Order: sequence, then structure tokens, then C-alpha cells
Amino acid sequence: MSEQADKTLATDGFELHPDDRAAIQAELGHFEQPQAACIEALKIVQRRHGWVPDAAIPAIARELGVGPAAVEGVATFYSLIFRQPVGRHVILVCDSSSCYLTDYEMLRDALFDHLGIQYGQTTPDNRFTLLPVCCLGACDSGPAMMIDDDTYGPVAPKDLAELLEGYS
Amino acid sequence: MATIFVDGHPYEVDEQDNLLQACLSKGLDLPYFCWHPAMGSVGACRQCAVIQYQDEHDTEGTLTMACMTPAADQTRISIENAQAKEFRGEVIEWLMINHPHDCPVCEEGGHCHLQDMTVMTGHDRRRYRFRKRTHRNQDLGPFIAHEMNRCITCYRCVRFYNDYAGGEDLGAFGANDNVYFGRYEDGTLESPFSGNLTEVCPTGVFTDQTHSEQYTRKWDLMFAPSICHQCAVGCNTSPGERYGSIRRIENRYNGSVNRYFLCDRGRFGYGYVNRADRPLVPRWRESRSTDPVDLSVDAALDRAGDLLRQSRRIIGIGSPRASLESNHQLRLLVGAENFSTGIARAEWDCVRLMETLNRECGLTTPTLRQVEDHDAVFVLGEDLIESAARVGLSVRQAVLGLQFDLAGERGIPEWNAEAVKTLGQDAGHPLYTAYPTRTGLDGIATGHWSLAPDDIARFGFAVAHALDPKAPEVPDLDDAMREAAERIGQALLDAHNPLVVSGGSLQSTAILEAAGSVAHALAKREGEGSLLLVRREANTTGLGLMGGHTLEWALETLHHNDADAVVILENDLYQRLPAEPIDTALNMANAVVVLDHQATRTLDRADLAFPAASFAEGDGTLVSLEGRAQRFYQVYDPAYQRPQTRIHESWRWLHAIRNNELRHPVADINLDAATEACAMAHPSLSPLQQIAPDSDYRVDGMRYSRAPHRYSGRTAMRANLNVSEPRPEQDTDTPFAFSMEGYYGHDRPRRDVPFAWAPGWNSPQAWNKFTDEVGGHLSGGDPGVRLIEPSGHLHRYSPNIPAPFQVREGQWQLCILPRLFGGEETSSRAEPIQVRSAEPCVRLHPDDLATLSTIEGDRIALQQGELTVEMRVEPDDGLPHGVVALPAGLETSLVHGDWVRLTTKEGTV
Amino acid sequence: MTDGTPGTVNRVRYRSRLHQTESERKAETHPLTWRLKDTGERVDLADYEAKNGYTVVKTALNGQSPDDVIESLKTANLRGRGGAGFSAGLKWSLTLRGEGYPRGYLVCNADEMEPGTFKDRLLMEQQPHLLIEGMILGAYANNSKLGYIFLRGEYIEAAQSIQQALEEARQAGWLGDNIAGSGFDFDIVLHTGAGRYICGEETALINSLEGKRANPRAKPPFPGQSGAWGKPTVVNNVETLCNVPAILEHGADWYLNLSGDRSSDGGTKLFGVSGRAEKNGLWELPMGTTGAEILDRAGGIRNGAKLKAWLPGGGSTGLLLPEHLDLPLDFDSIGNAGSRLGTGLLTVVTEEQSIVGLLRNLEEFFARESCGWCTPCRDGLPWSVKLLRALEKGEGEEGDIEILEMLARDLGPGKTFCAHAPGAAMPLESALTFFREEFEAGVGRKKGPAGVETVPLGEV
Repeated sequence: MSEQADKTLATDGFELHPDDRAAIQAELGHFEQPQAACIEALKIVQRRHGWVPDAAIPAIARELGVGPAAVEGVATFYSLIFRQPVGRHVILVCDSSSCYLTDYEMLRDALFDHLGIQYGQTTPDNRFTLLPVCCLGACDSGPAMMIDDDTYGPVAPKDLAELLEGYS
Repeated sequence: MATIFVDGHPYEVDEQDNLLQACLSKGLDLPYFCWHPAMGSVGACRQCAVIQYQDEHDTEGTLTMACMTPAADQTRISIENAQAKEFRGEVIEWLMINHPHDCPVCEEGGHCHLQDMTVMTGHDRRRYRFRKRTHRNQDLGPFIAHEMNRCITCYRCVRFYNDYAGGEDLGAFGANDNVYFGRYEDGTLESPFSGNLTEVCPTGVFTDQTHSEQYTRKWDLMFAPSICHQCAVGCNTSPGERYGSIRRIENRYNGSVNRYFLCDRGRFGYGYVNRADRPLVPRWRESRSTDPVDLSVDAALDRAGDLLRQSRRIIGIGSPRASLESNHQLRLLVGAENFSTGIARAEWDCVRLMETLNRECGLTTPTLRQVEDHDAVFVLGEDLIESAARVGLSVRQAVLGLQFDLAGERGIPEWNAEAVKTLGQDAGHPLYTAYPTRTGLDGIATGHWSLAPDDIARFGFAVAHALDPKAPEVPDLDDAMREAAERIGQALLDAHNPLVVSGGSLQSTAILEAAGSVAHALAKREGEGSLLLVRREANTTGLGLMGGHTLEWALETLHHNDADAVVILENDLYQRLPAEPIDTALNMANAVVVLDHQATRTLDRADLAFPAASFAEGDGTLVSLEGRAQRFYQVYDPAYQRPQTRIHESWRWLHAIRNNELRHPVADINLDAATEACAMAHPSLSPLQQIAPDSDYRVDGMRYSRAPHRYSGRTAMRANLNVSEPRPEQDTDTPFAFSMEGYYGHDRPRRDVPFAWAPGWNSPQAWNKFTDEVGGHLSGGDPGVRLIEPSGHLHRYSPNIPAPFQVREGQWQLCILPRLFGGEETSSRAEPIQVRSAEPCVRLHPDDLATLSTIEGDRIALQQGELTVEMRVEPDDGLPHGVVALPAGLETSLVHGDWVRLTTKEGTV
Repeated sequence: MTDGTPGTVNRVRYRSRLHQTESERKAETHPLTWRLKDTGERVDLADYEAKNGYTVVKTALNGQSPDDVIESLKTANLRGRGGAGFSAGLKWSLTLRGEGYPRGYLVCNADEMEPGTFKDRLLMEQQPHLLIEGMILGAYANNSKLGYIFLRGEYIEAAQSIQQALEEARQAGWLGDNIAGSGFDFDIVLHTGAGRYICGEETALINSLEGKRANPRAKPPFPGQSGAWGKPTVVNNVETLCNVPAILEHGADWYLNLSGDRSSDGGTKLFGVSGRAEKNGLWELPMGTTGAEILDRAGGIRNGAKLKAWLPGGGSTGLLLPEHLDLPLDFDSIGNAGSRLGTGLLTVVTEEQSIVGLLRNLEEFFARESCGWCTPCRDGLPWSVKLLRALEKGEGEEGDIEILEMLARDLGPGKTFCAHAPGAAMPLESALTFFREEFEAGVGRKKGPAGVETVPLGEV
């Protein structure tokens, strides 16, 4: 979905996709209280739209039968719930100590250069969004990073061009 | 009890408390932020750190958070320990990292808990030299201003708003040092208790927007102990005045009533006091076709004397929003036989019945605080959040009380708030509500039934029958209702201390009889239980005790020319009955004398009008729905800043009018005499004289001061009028001085406290210095005396069970439903309340809407007799079929309970 | 997604690896890893059952009481492998069970996010059934009705592997009603997180599981008294739970003896090395193995550089010096040296690397990952970051190091709401102790008198 369309969604009202509603309802069965499905509901919406538009918050709240502030409180707490539009691919760069000690900063700067963006930004072609992430648990292969669901490491600056090419 | 040692000194404390509570209760100063006496501990701010020692041989000790540590016997701590003091200073330094240096322009300055605690810790040098993070603020509606940069992230706001008050639109967002407290999107805070955020917030994040527009520092305000006049609950308030206008209202602690919290109508509804269109001087109209002219006091009194002497018979119409003293002086003026309470018949029948039930059904009326102790609640025909909001907040605490019980079973102390919440999950004591539509408490209710008024009564009778087979059986009851009634009956029987709540909101004596029958049945069993009956206005209960004719009687008497003069006290009759009979009656009267502090439609009809004092300019006594007589004190003298005004208490005017009428020499009356007269005349009001100290009461020869001792600018504040500073008005009515001179301390037992201040404590947290223990009762006893106690158990089961409600073809039963914002006469005249009031509309069940071929937002005509009223319509699937709901205060000509025809407005469908 | 450039993509795709071959790993000595394949492929149910998998479920659920199971764990002195080292048996013995208490939950903490820690990933990706087996046994001991595996959202492969294993186990009757004919019912739900390191703190994890903001909870009450939804709840790390089957199969004494006289802590541990070592990776070794031996297995420091310092078990452990390499790596020995064993995965710092820079990186991490609940952590950690950034740039002022010392002290244990800030304080305190001169080198200016010198805002 285009960024424009998503921005429109964010302001012009929002309805949960029937499949997403069903998925959220299925999640409810795993827990004692509906609030517990909140994180998964946000992830379900995020899988469809790439991010969680503002108007999705009350929609999810209604679906779960909880208050909108409780959902927004959760949505803004967790770092992997995106409350702003992201590109088609999200790059998560591990910035924790083991990667730091194995030249993470060179990798980070190379990404900044290569993509022309800083952390928290999306490339103008809407292809990549760049974010730092907690230790990825790939410390023996630092510096490590993820592109969407794929984990890489160690990644040398020279590998970047070829690596990113795989994500159109 | 337990003995703890603080810096070597032994203290007897309650072992159920945590160490912070225990220390504060003993008067020790220990700084804190996230803890709140009504909300318990969460251990977030780390400000109340002390050193705890294992035993008397331990000299090292470990740093401990007092709020998270039980006050167990033989606990040894040090507040003064250097390491503890240093750490507490550090906490302030951390909090100050992002806190702006804006005290001089911050509205919280001077009554800021953060300021107090900063001074208390001694932190006074900033070492942090980097950028501060900043936030964007939100528009939170007409009541609350938002300045997030000041936030110290104590989480009190969300804990009050969500956990305590049940709100859902305010939250904590973000993480790390970027936590944001606000709404999930810009917009008006939905909770009717949002105003408490201004006191719960320890700094200036949430401030009173009605105050912003006319801001004055706390130390520059003059205060008086007051009673909220905006409903019958009788919350104690602390209004603050400067330059002749009320600038804000804050909570005044009463350990038996409202304790720490108010509703938003009470806090923000004071604007009518400051209205520019208020009557300020007596006015006289030569004939009804001429414009009124101003009169001097003497001339006005002479006119009044003449008018009354010339009259054959004078009717007095009193008011449930005026004080007992004023009503009594009116009654003296016109004679008991000519006195009407000013309450319309339908409501008056309920008022009388409620008093009878309170005396005879065998259950006592709980104090507001005691409401929280019940373990099952049955609410019949009231939406408490709309009709007595503060009671609704207490009922919520009663429901949540189960969580304390569950926690107790696992050894979790009550103050461990998050742990109690975790263990409690959504458990609550049973709460059942029956009302024509959804109520504000349904979110925590075990069951709700949407019923027409007659069916609500039948439901109540069915519950009584379920409780006691001797109670009459309800005929033609369907199985579902019978089953529900049995379920409720069982829950009430299982409870140790059940509470029955009803009231006059639906003007149905049948509902009250039903509630009385439930109470009667409960009273027959072993164990405790209470009955709480909601009255409408601040002094409805008092008028009930005083007695008098109905408003209709007064109008009819005038109409039939059995009387030719009428004196109307602080009562806009057009708010109570359709205009036609009022107009007829007033047209018939030769003399219409009106006393009021508002420019009402009734005041417009006056031949002679007297400017009455509002609660802010006068003293008096009100009786709350609890039956608690409470004194409210004059906040300021209106003539000090505006010498042209001639505002006086109605009781003072009426006394003077009576003297003039009787050609007695002019002699003033003071409050003591007015109260005494009232107490002597009415046996049920005889304890009135005990509720407050006499006007000559002094503390070490001093009066109590109304203003903080730092009150500034007195010599200049009137310089635009006269450079000589006049002597402040001398209060002949009370022991309070209209100045900062006098006693303002907390070391003597205090009861009537104008404002909370103690050395080092400028914020509302200072109330804890005035109580016998934190969260307890005021050191001099809680204000007020209860007048209505059960006098034996006399009530019999009422046989008057109404027939089932029947839907009528083409007609709907009109239910005028109370509403918090806009449903009460005086607060509706305050601008922020008007902004907050919902747009006028009637509501129907969606299916009923469909039969009218009408959709949401269309205009619809309501026809009742000759009268036709047009209004927007909205669907409400919480309503039963055949009922049309209209919010109170919108269209006073329509009669509640009568049937109306509805027609779709031509051309709009 | 990865079409087109298989060369680089495959070369840099991350794979969890254990540097011990099947020939070295024996059931008797490597309880955690002996079933793993050298290829790194997942051990499926058939493979797992073929190597004795789930036999203990049968025997324990039918032959032992929950108290027996707990007693075995206590005797084996299995200490929490998530980093805190609390006795798993003792923890289980404190769970409320029996008449009047509802059946609660067993939660597996699989939110591996500690900087420098990459061990649970291996177990979950390659051998999920060992974890499931451990959870069944744990649930039996704690009378739990349902288990949750709280897995960090980024562990995609582990999620797939666990989900598949859960289905296999359900099919085979290892999960569900009446497990192995014992009458015991138990099932497991996989829950994936949405980021935030703090979710690894057991009570924050429970809040997160409940769909709330992951603020930790006050203790007491402990989760065993009132955990998820107020029910008795046990939270154990992946590796801890993976140790349970072998303890019950071979006995507590056997387990205790695995570490021989190296340590009083029982069993083995997944140890590892990251940073600039020649051969980073994981090894299953007895508790009490020395850092020197592990670093030796990792081939020493890359390019022959010198070791300057090392973190024994993640970012929240105190720095140790080369001289500490001979200490046995167990909870008490490392604790006595002023640090913590933590997760037991060593991070090495070489001579030319900046301690101030490392600490800046660590404190940035801890400041960012603070949940924002308590004041010292929320507001103190960002201050430390700004001071460290200034010092790193040579823009520090006189007094900055003293403020850092204050922060290292006042963010310590007991002063904050949970262990997050103390975890951040420990490396800082050790760095200030061992490498103070590096910090002093960053003090570039005197303290400016207020109002005279412009405050150097810079990017901080």
C-alpha cells in the first residue's frame, strides 16, 4: 500500500480488515483477559499496513473491549510497533556492545551513506526504513543487522550494496 | 498497632500502613511523589528513601523506599541519615533534569508539591548542563490545561484517572525518558472527575484552565470553607477569590465526605458567581410595563415594607438551592402557612418519601466515605455519575473493594496498589443497576437493566420479594426479570454490608417505595446494610426537613387570588414547571419580590428585586443527601472591590424586610442568630447550632485567617478606587477574618479549614497535616452534623406495585434524565460547563427511530399537550422501546413522565 | 525476498553455531547439546525421541510427585541461566500450589536481548523439543495449567521452529490433556514480543504477556504468589528449563558432578565469546570453566591483539581484567570478583578499544531500554549517556566523573525499582574503577562559572 493511501487511512477513519478481526479474535483465546491480545493485535494490523495508523488504535480498542489509551500506551511502548509509516523493508541494525566492538559504527555510517537517511527515516523511494535495535543475539557474528525477517552478520560495509539489492 | 523507631524515636503506628504513611501520620516530613493516600504505593519515584536498620545493633542499614515497606513492629529507620538525604536530593536532581525552570510563569507555583519537595530535600544547584527534552501539549477541553514539559513521570495522573476513576482516554505513552501522559488523541477529557488531575499531579502538567484565564497565586487568594452548591452530595470545597471574583475551586478535605476528590461540575461550575449580568443592587419597577430602576438599600427596604403591608396575604416561595437560614427567614416573613419550599409536587412527594424511608426503613444512610465499604450495591433508578457524580465515584471504590479483600487473603497489603490490581484483575463486588438507559457505572456493573420507570419499580419490588417472601409478589413478572431479581436478592443476602441506592431523579415514588422495600427486607436480616437516596439540589434535604407547601400550591393560591403578593427566594420557577401556570400566577400577584444572585427569568418578573449573595458572598447551612448539615462560609466581601454593589445574604435581606414590614427599628441579624432562629423553629434542625463555632470564637484571641500569611498587594489592590486602604470588612457572622491576619495553623484541632497550608507544604498535600492520620479524619472532627438517623424500624412493605409499562402506539413516555454538565441550574450558567455540555438532543431506541422513518441527527417534534418542542434526535440502543429520553435542563416546559407524540419534522427526512 | 544475489546473502546470513562436534558431545557430559546435529539442522520430534526425548516426561509424571521434582532441582543446584543465578528449585518450591490456589502459568523467558548474549537462540532454533520437555516437567512441578514461551519478535527462525515443535508435540500427545497417561494436562502457547529489552525482566515480561506496558512489578508479591493475571506463575529462562530433563533423567548428583570440583554450581552451561576474538561462538562446558579456557577455545584475540578487559556475561555485568581470566566462571566466583556471571557469554575488549566509548554504547542501550517507571533509571541513565558522550569527545568538564560515580552508586541495587539500572551501573562502576584514566582524558575543560561561558549544547 502506498504511503499516501496509508496517511489517508490514518485520518479518514479506519476499519479493521475482516481477516485481521478474525485473527485478533483467535488470539483472545490464548489469554485470560482481552488486553493481553493487544500486542498481537497491533502486530496483525502492522503486518497488513506496514505500520499502525492512528485511527487503528480506537478500532483495536473496540475489538478488544478496552480503552483506547490502553492500546496507545502499549503501541507507543514497544519499539517494534511502528506508529509512523515505514518503507517496504525495515532494516534493524544491532547497536549493542558486541556489535559496537566489532565495528558497528562503520556499518551504521555506511548504511547512512548508502541509503541517504538517518535512523528513524525512510528512503524517498519508500524502499527502506532504518532503525537501531537491541542486541540481535547474533553477537558472535557482529556487526549484525536484520532486513525484514532475515538476520545477517557479520556485515561489512562492502557487502551492503549487494545485500540491499535483494530487497526491491 | 506497632512500634517503629524513626531516628531513634519510638512511634505507635498502624501496622497495616507502609512506612511513608506511618511517618506522615506522625507529622514527620518525608518527601514523596508517586504515593497518594487514596491510591496507595507503586514505588516509582524513589523519593521517600530512608535507611532501614535490621535491629538496634545495625549501624549501616540499607536504603529502602518507605512507601513500599510495611510499618511492621520494631522497624527501625532513619529519615535524617546522610546517605538517605543525599539520595533524596539526587532524586530531585534527576526529576529536575527535564523539568523547566518556569516556576515564575507556572500556574502551579506556590502550591506545587514538586516545589515543596525540592525545598524539603535541599536540592538547589543544577549540575545537569545538557539539553532538556520537550513535548508537545494537547488540547484537553475546557477544564484542563496541559503542559507536559513539567512532567516528572510519577504516574499519579493515569493511576487516578484510569484505576481510581475508571477513565479510558488518558494514558501513559512512550518509554524511557520520553514517557508522555495525555489523551490518545487531542480532545476533551471524558472523565467527569478530570479536575482532580490538577490536585493529583504534583506539579503543573494538568492545571485548572478556568483558573488560567484569571490566574492568581495561591498565596494571593482569599479562601473560605465552603460546600459545593451544584448537587446534593455536599462535597466540601475551598473556593479562592481575588479582586472580587472566584478564581478557582479546590477540594477541601472532609474525612467523612469527599476526602480528596471532587467532580468536575463542582470544581468548574462556579462561573455563575462571576457573571457580569448578576443583579448587584436592588431594583424596582414602577409598573410592569416600565423598565426597572436601581434603588438604595433603604429605599428598597421601604418599598418592600410598603408592598407587603399593603398585601392581603403574602406567599413565600423558598428554594432548595438556598440556605436553611434564608429559607427560614422567608418562612418567618410570610408565616409557615404561606411558605412553599419552591419544589414542584412530583419532586416534593419523592423528597418527603425519601426522608420517611431514611428514618423508618431500618437501614442508615452511609457517609460518602462509608459508601466505599459496601460489598454489594443495587442502584434503582439513578445514573449516579449524572445525578450525584461523587457518589458514583465512591460506589466504584466499593466495587473495587473486593480486590483489597482478595489481596488480603494473600497477605498483600492494601497500599501495594499495583499488586492489588494484579491479583484483583477485573474482580469486583456485585453492582446492579436499573435505569431507563445505560449508566456511567455499567462498565463495572455485574448487571444492568434498561427499563421504563414503572418497570424499574416493579424490578425493585421483585428483588424485595426475592429477599423476603413476605414482601408482596409482583404480578405479571416475566421469567427473565424474576430470575434476575432472585440473582440480585441472593447477592444482597450474601453480602455482609449491602448498599441500596435510589433517589428522586425519575420522580417516581414507586421506585422509591421499591427501594424502601428492598431496604426493609435487608434490615430484617442480621448484619449491616445501608440505604442512600439521591436528592437533586444542594439543600433539597434541608427543605424536606423544614417542610412547606409545593410550588404548585403557591402558584394556585396566587392564581385563585387567595394571595396577592409573593416573595421568591433564589429560585427560577421556570426551571421547575411549564411557563404558563407561572406566568398566570405572577400576573395575578400585585407584588412580586424576588431575591436571587442570578439574572433568571423569574428575576425578570420581579417588581422588586434584591441582589442575593451566592455561596461565595454569604454564609449559611445546607443539608446534604446524607442528612449532613454543613456550614458554608462567605469567601469575600463583594463591596470591598465594588463598593457600588449591595449584595447580601438572602436571610439578611429577608430579616431586614421583615423588620421594615413590622416597622421595627432597623437591626442587623448575624449568622449565629439566623441559625439559632432556624434551629429553634424546627426540632429536626435543632443540632444546627453545633455544626460550627460561633462568630465570637477565637484561637488565642485570634480569628481564623481567610488568606495565607503571604497574601500580597492588599495596600494597592484597591488603589484604583482610593489610595487609602480601608479596613477590611469585619465579619460579624463567623470567626474568620477577611485577611491574612489570624490563625492558619494545623497544630490546633481544625475542622473548618479555608485553605490547606502548613510550613513546607504549599500544595493540596498539606491536607495531610490537618488530619488525625493520613487519609483519616480532620483533627478537629469532620465538618457537619447528621440530622437524619433511623428512628426504629417502622416501614411496612408498600403494596403499591405499578402495572407493567406498556408501549403505546404513536406515543412515547418522556424521561427527563439528569446530566452532570448542563443539567443543573446555576452551574449551567458557567461558560466552561456550557462548552462541556452535550449538544441538545433527544434519544430513542433505534427501532423506535426506524418506525418514525427518522435517522440520527434529524430534527424531531415532541408534542405534549399544547406544547411542541423541536430537537435533534439520536439513537440509543440502551433505551427500552416506548421511552424517549431528554437530558435535564434543556426544555423545562416538558413534563417528565408524561406521554409525548413524536413527529418527524417536515422536510428534513 | 532475497532473490538475485545468493552469494553475499548466503555468506552473511546469520546462523547460530556451536563449536563442538557430535563426537565431543555426549549424553553423559553435554545434557544441553548432545542431540544437536553438526549440520545445524533442527532436531525434530523423531530425532528427539530417537535420542531418549520425552522419556522423562513419562517417568516423572507417572512416578514422581511435584515435590520430588523440585527436590531434585534443589539438590542439583540448578541456578537460573537467565543471568540472575537464583536457584530454580527454590523458586519452584515457593510457587503457591494446592487447595485454595488456582492453577497458574509456567512462562519461558525467551526474550534474549542482553547485549552479548546469543545462547537461547541456538537451543530454540535447533532443539525446541528439549525446551518443551523442560516446560512440561516445570509445569508438573508447579501445577501450571498453561505455558507461554515469551519469545522476542526478532527471533523469526526460533518462532518457526518452536511452533512446528509445539504442533509435533501436541500430535504426539506430549502436550494437551492427560499427558503420557498421567492425568496431567498442560499446553503451551508461543507469544512473540514487539521489542524492548525490559521484557526480559520476569515481572515486566508478565505485564507484557498481559498486553500491558512492560513496567516491572514490585516484589513481593513474587510471581509464584501472584503472577500473570494474579495466578501463581513461574518464569524460567530457556536454558534453565532445558537443563531439567537431564537432571530428572540422570539424577541430581550426576548433574552436580558435571562441574566436578570446578564449582559448587551444578551442571554445564552454554558459554560463548563475542567481540574481537578469533573464533566467536558457543560451547557447552561445565560450570566453573575458566575464562582463559573459553578464550583459548575461541583462539584468543583476533590478529594477535591484547585483551584489555572482558564482560563475563552480558552488558549488565561488571568489566573484568585479563587477570580475572583464571577465575572459574560460576555465579559465586564471579560475584566475589565484583561482577556477575550473568549469561556466561564473554564479551572481549581489546587493548586499542575505548572503554569510554564502550560504556557510552552500553549506557545508551540501557537508557533507551529503560521502561520509564522509576526516576533513577529513567532520568539518571540519559544523564550518564550525555556525560559519557561529552567525555568521549574530550568535552567533559571537571566534576563529570564525580557525577558518573554518583550515578554508578545511586543507580545500584535496592535504589531502583528493578534490576535494569543496577545492570547499567555495574559496568560503569567497574570501568570507573579500572580505567579511570581513560575518563580523565576526556575532561577537556574546567567547570565554567554559571552565566559566563555558553553551555556547550552540541548534539547532546
